Amino acid sequence: MPSRHRLSHMAWILFLIAPAVVVMVSFVLIPIASALAYSLYDWNGLARGEFIWFANFQKVLFQEPFNRWTLNAFTHNVIVFCALMVVQNVTGFLLAYLIFKEPFGYRFYRTAVFLPVILSTVIVGFLWKLFLHPLFGIVNQFLNGVGLDALALPWLGDSRTALGALIFANAWHFVGFPTLIYLAGMQRIPRDLIEAARLDTSSELKVLRNVIWPLVAPATTIIFVLTFIGAFNWFELPFIMAGLDGSPFGSTDVLGLYFYRTAFGNQSAGVQDFGMGSALAVIIFSFILVAAATWTIYLRRREIEL
Amino acid sequence: MTELAGSPTAASNPWHHLGAINRNKMLVQILLIGNTVLMLYPILIMFFSAFKTTSDIFTSPFALPNFTNLANFARIIRETNFITYFTNSILVTTGALACILIFGSMAAYAIARYKFRGSTFLFLFFLSGLMVPLKLAIIPLFIQFRELGILDTRLSLILLYTAMGLPSTVFILTGFLRTLPGELEDAARIDGASEPKIMLLIMMPLTKPALVIAGIHNAVPIWNDFFFPLVFIHTDANKTLPQGLTAFMGEFSTDWGALFAGLSLSALPIIFVYIVLSRHFIAGMTYGSVK
Repeated sequence: MPSRHRLSHMAWILFLIAPAVVVMVSFVLIPIASALAYSLYDWNGLARGEFIWFANFQKVLFQEPFNRWTLNAFTHNVIVFCALMVVQNVTGFLLAYLIFKEPFGYRFYRTAVFLPVILSTVIVGFLWKLFLHPLFGIVNQFLNGVGLDALALPWLGDSRTALGALIFANAWHFVGFPTLIYLAGMQRIPRDLIEAARLDTSSELKVLRNVIWPLVAPATTIIFVLTFIGAFNWFELPFIMAGLDGSPFGSTDVLGLYFYRTAFGNQSAGVQDFGMGSALAVIIFSFILVAAATWTIYLRRREIEL
Repeated sequence: MTELAGSPTAASNPWHHLGAINRNKMLVQILLIGNTVLMLYPILIMFFSAFKTTSDIFTSPFALPNFTNLANFARIIRETNFITYFTNSILVTTGALACILIFGSMAAYAIARYKFRGSTFLFLFFLSGLMVPLKLAIIPLFIQFRELGILDTRLSLILLYTAMGLPSTVFILTGFLRTLPGELEDAARIDGASEPKIMLLIMMPLTKPALVIAGIHNAVPIWNDFFFPLVFIHTDANKTLPQGLTAFMGEFSTDWGALFAGLSLSALPIIFVYIVLSRHFIAGMTYGSVK
């Protein structure tokens, strides 16, 4: 009797975990493992060819012109990451600090800064593409209106400003995210700690630097690592605003676009190479994993030290 | 007030301190109002432009529109598949969300409330799913869906989003279910209630707050997703809203009134839900980043 009860209990547990496990194995575990395997094969369209060891990796990393394209895209990812660290995260920290003071209407300010975050990147991308139109976009109409005609540039059409315009649109879209994470971090600091610091010094800047900044270190860790992952996974916004080729002249090309073009081809030239695409995916994934893990460990240590 | 603080006698003036505080407060307000304008004004312009003719948008982009002019909206509804895209987005999001919450609750319940061999390993297995960007497995997924014969169907998206949403859901729900006291369960067990009954009638109703968090945490990225439909869906009748948007943005590229109407109609549903549920939205979307 007890063993039958045990058996039915085990069947019940199995019933509970089976659906989730089946889905995870089928659509996460197997695809990820396959991605690793596919990168070692030669591909003819959708048909898998010979096992060629690391030839795809060699092509992507060292063979002209692919290595130049990879490096070009990677450089842009690095620029995007650095720029977002400054534009998005510093602004987010400052906004969080202002809202943290709980001025009149702070709940409204909090809701407003997070509003763009909930919108689809497709909407945000198209919206700013229209706003940045050289002639009829509101950005240049505004600049002309206030007499700054010299600044009314063809933002997305010029290879010197295109990446910057994309970074701006991204910061507008996501600045609410670091803001609210920093805000939550600040709200966890015991009130009396900040009050005590304010009694010690009349400089609010010192309170900010010596008390608040070190105590929001866990929030900083999360934000920095998410920014890193986001910057190296960048795809939707450049795809919508600059197109699959990273126009103009590849000045907005990033690894995500390059990977997509390699794997699925672009509309004009229908070449697709699943082997090289998989190799690129494996490289991007390993890079993100190793760099993010190392950086997380470093930032966590810093949390304790501060 | 500013006069007082700036005057040479300010140091000896007892009101000086108050003046400085007020000036600080005013600076905070100015900065926050400035930022709020920067955040909301573009969205407002989008809605305004949706009511304007294209030539009005070009000549007076900042002017208030005539709100009774609904021609652009009518064009979007009549001449595009907006309704189809919208229905597909609802279908895919609710379908995926139902699977995520049902399968996720089941697995989390087993991990949190029962002792069995391998439960820690199982939890870590789900947890590791949090670190994997599934975008990079797009090629194998594409081939797999083709072999299963579900490429270019809404079902492929539902299955994929379920897989993407399960790790965070199991993580959120397991953490919550572990905090529930065991006495409730034991009392019901003594009364002779079966395990499924205990789960469904006693424990799960208590997890509602965690289900809301997990639901929003997953619903927003699924509703907004563009990458997976871009690769998997080619038939217009199966496209979701973000993907459909790219189709008619190309089609109407010179009709700015229609473009803004399309963007407005796409943004409206989620903005509306956000305004009603903003507290839950913020809690749900920042979950995991906030300790």
